[in-house]
Amino acid sequence: AANGVVIATEKKLPSILVDETSVQKIQSLTPNIGVVYSGMGPDFRVLVRKSRKQAQQYYRLYKETIPVTQLVRETAAVMQEFTQSGGVRPFGVSLLIAGYDDNGPQLYQVDPSGSYFSWKASAMGKNVSNAKTFLEKRYTEDMELDDAIHTAILTLKEGYEGQISANNIEIGVIRADREFKVLTPSEIKDFLEEVE
Amino acid sequence: MTTGPLRETQLQRTRRFSFRRRIHNRSRRAPPPPLASPPPSVASLPAMSIFEYNGSAVVAMVGKNCFAIASDRRLGVQLQTVATDFQRVFKIHGKLYIGLSGLATDAQTLYQRLAFKHKLYQLREERDMKPETFASLVSALLYEKRFGPYFCQPIIAGLGEKDQPFICTMDCIGAKELAKDFVVSGTASESLYGACESMYKPDMEPEELFETISQALLSSVDRDCLSGWGGYVLIVTPTEVQERVLKGRMD
Repeated sequence: AANGVVIATEKKLPSILVDETSVQKIQSLTPNIGVVYSGMGPDFRVLVRKSRKQAQQYYRLYKETIPVTQLVRETAAVMQEFTQSGGVRPFGVSLLIAGYDDNGPQLYQVDPSGSYFSWKASAMGKNVSNAKTFLEKRYTEDMELDDAIHTAILTLKEGYEGQISANNIEIGVIRADREFKVLTPSEIKDFLEEVE
Repeated sequence: MTTGPLRETQLQRTRRFSFRRRIHNRSRRAPPPPLASPPPSVASLPAMSIFEYNGSAVVAMVGKNCFAIASDRRLGVQLQTVATDFQRVFKIHGKLYIGLSGLATDAQTLYQRLAFKHKLYQLREERDMKPETFASLVSALLYEKRFGPYFCQPIIAGLGEKDQPFICTMDCIGAKELAKDFVVSGTASESLYGACESMYKPDMEPEELFETISQALLSSVDRDCLSGWGGYVLIVTPTEVQERVLKGRMD
């Protein structure tokens, strides 16, 4: 959006017995950068840990919060390392990194190969082609953050089998205050109702 | 009493034997007394602090939307002057300068390392480093060598965001000290503190700032035998940089 970034994902749980609150697909890397993934959960956890450490090392050296591009570059370098070293396999995740720094709101996609792209709007994972077509039609550069959240929910709905509810999806938001927040189920419910 | 060769050998044996005993005894006695005055070699002067080996004076002052950084020009080896045009203030980028007092070799090496790190930063982040960020970098770099430090006291001066002047100094292991008015370092630092404290006024224009910092520097290095031989002053404003070389007491 023009004044923030939103990332959303569906939470497909293997069975209804799983406690949804224990599964967190959207994580924050720094107070102003968040990330969501599509792929293997454990690989994601490792990357999140490494990225957080790199962000803190940057802060320790420069006493300045890391710019989004630098963190994306370092995370991508880690992922590339695992495609060229011996005895390791590439990470089985694609990341969407969303952040807000001095250069404004930014959204990056990082692939297992280690290549990264900056997007105005993107989708990945299941149903990616339909989702991208939907976004191409619906996205405008100067949309407000709340409109962007609605668009994100609608995009998820396009490919969702079954009923979307506040517990099946996760939404992460950064506004102009530069604080990454994962929305609570009750907040998601409000947005869902607005969309309906 | 025997005569002849036997007697000779006996005497020799006695002489040799007593000679050996004398050497052995000498080693047990106190060492020979020192010479009356030490030979005229510079290296054997009473111990000086490593910070006073080369002699230096660096000062930075804040003015109205500008800053000034100045240093002396003497490079010495204890009491002998070796150069009178030594550079202690280095440019990092157009609006950021660092002055390094203390041991000259460490000053040069530290500057080379910092220039290296800054150039890489510029390439990676496609922008210049902010003075506050640079100060944190210097502090981290110095603390890395906590138990074998660089014998330098850096002074960092720059124009930050919105061209706000920023100055700070730190000790040789990276303890940052921010200041709003002036910072000093070097062998002449005590006189510099006094001179700056009395001559400084807030919000001076560049010309007045130049006069003030020059007077403070020259009067302080005149009181310090290890620094002097003129001065080098840089006045930095958002639009231009003025360099001036001062001629003071050339001694």
